[in-house]
Amino acid sequence: MSLTGIFLILFLVVHCYINAQIFWNDGGHKFEEAAHFMGTNFIIRTVEIGLTAFLLLHIIQGLNLWLSNRSKRSVRYTVSAGNQTSAWYRRSMGVLGSLLLIFLVIHTAKFWIPNRASQISGNGELPLYHLMKDEFQYGWVVIVYIIGCITLSWHLVHGFWSSFQTLGLATHRYKYLINGIGIAFAIIVPLVFALMPLAFYFHWID
Amino acid sequence: MEHYHMNLTLKVWKQKNNNDKGRFETYQVKNISSEMSFLEMFDVLNEQLIAEGKEPVAFDHDCREGICGMCSMHINGRAHGPWHETTTCQLHMRQYKDGDTIVVEPWRANAFPVIKDLVVDRTSFDRIIQAGGYVSVNTGNAVDANALPIEKQKADEAFAAAACIGCGACAAACPNASAMLFVSAKVSHLALLPQGDPERKIRATNMVLQMDKEGFGSCTNIGACEAECPKGISIENIARLNREYLGAAFSGSSNE
Ligand code: HEM
Ligand code: SF4
Ligand code: FES
Repeated sequence: MSLTGIFLILFLVVHCYINAQIFWNDGGHKFEEAAHFMGTNFIIRTVEIGLTAFLLLHIIQGLNLWLSNRSKRSVRYTVSAGNQTSAWYRRSMGVLGSLLLIFLVIHTAKFWIPNRASQISGNGELPLYHLMKDEFQYGWVVIVYIIGCITLSWHLVHGFWSSFQTLGLATHRYKYLINGIGIAFAIIVPLVFALMPLAFYFHWID
Repeated sequence: MEHYHMNLTLKVWKQKNNNDKGRFETYQVKNISSEMSFLEMFDVLNEQLIAEGKEPVAFDHDCREGICGMCSMHINGRAHGPWHETTTCQLHMRQYKDGDTIVVEPWRANAFPVIKDLVVDRTSFDRIIQAGGYVSVNTGNAVDANALPIEKQKADEAFAAAACIGCGACAAACPNASAMLFVSAKVSHLALLPQGDPERKIRATNMVLQMDKEGFGSCTNIGACEAECPKGISIENIARLNREYLGAAFSGSSNE
């Protein structure tokens, strides 16, 4: 759980950095260049197989953990402590993760799957920048993306710190540092992602 | 604070034995003093029930001074009631006011089966201790305390972990019914000291194995255990247990 989670965090860093190239507002030139490299480089494509495997593993582990833990208290409390003893998002990783999964299905169906399908069928890469620009003209798409980013943010506020705690690294000396970096990460990365659909929708870039 | 009296409505879990489904019973208690402890209030209830020819409520208690860990009660959704770092016996009725309704449930976790009413079977904790929560190497006669040099910080951390009274509030409060805080406290106070060092790997492995066998859930670092622990055991101990466990797994040190 923690190792696959950290791998997904690393993926987010790369993904966010590449996509943020759109903010140069150069008609997508720098972005397309980076996306082309990511889409055709042999090493990157190999890592991509690992990423898919890790994502699936993370989901299977997560759902498994969720179901297993639910079975450990057959008779539930009539009155439960709720937010008095823990924050809602720390108890809701399974729900947040499942929302992310729904988002990921929509998201990959929009960009990743069509692009790879086009490459495999010999038609080459799709013009991803223009695809993004077109997609984000629809209000509902923008809203789905923003909800996805907010979900990601809460999943990471707990997940970032939690993975270090699980690996035994959140010791007395480092726990505040890890928690601090985790919260900063959980705010900044989803925020940058959320700005992308907004920037296209409101024509801050074109 | 002003001394006062109150009348209360209690909704208490009644369950004949582990096979019984159990249900809530509603009782009225009158003229309860704000100076009483929560358990004394239950004594008043039970005397009243006995006088009425009814069956008293079974509940666990022993020291009534916050050190034995027996007084397991889940009060209005909180393990040991709402006070921070406090056992049920140390919770006082000044927390409540006239006319309040209080719901009292047993610890609920499959690894803590109900014996009767509010009494649960916590021998799963004993079996976890039996799996490794001890020192079996020969440490010789008691030596002068200062003969073994131990860093002040380590001694303090070991002492803080050793404060665990095995009450089970951590597992009772955990949404996953995980016993990690308890196990981590027991592993920590030994792992930090030279006497516990030789067996630290086998200890961590075996205790975690036994915890899983007992049917406790897996820790997802929610933190409700730390919030409810009457002895203020920190979840930093869970990070230490994870480190001990992973270290043992990677160095190939296994059970038995
Ligand atoms: C954008 C992709 C995702 C990232 C970056 C991510 C990251 C993380 C991290 C770092 C953890 C903490 C690991 C630990 O506690 O040891 C975690 C936990 C978890 N994730 Fe994800 N995750 C993602 C997607 C998902 C998805 C799609 C699901 C679907 C069910 C999911 C479900 C869970 C669950 C159930 C947990 C365990 C709860 C816990 O440990 O507290 N995650 N995730
Ligand atoms: S860690 Fe705290 S809550 Fe858990 S058994 Fe020990 S004293 Fe009780
Ligand atoms: S009765 Fe001993 S701790 Fe409460």
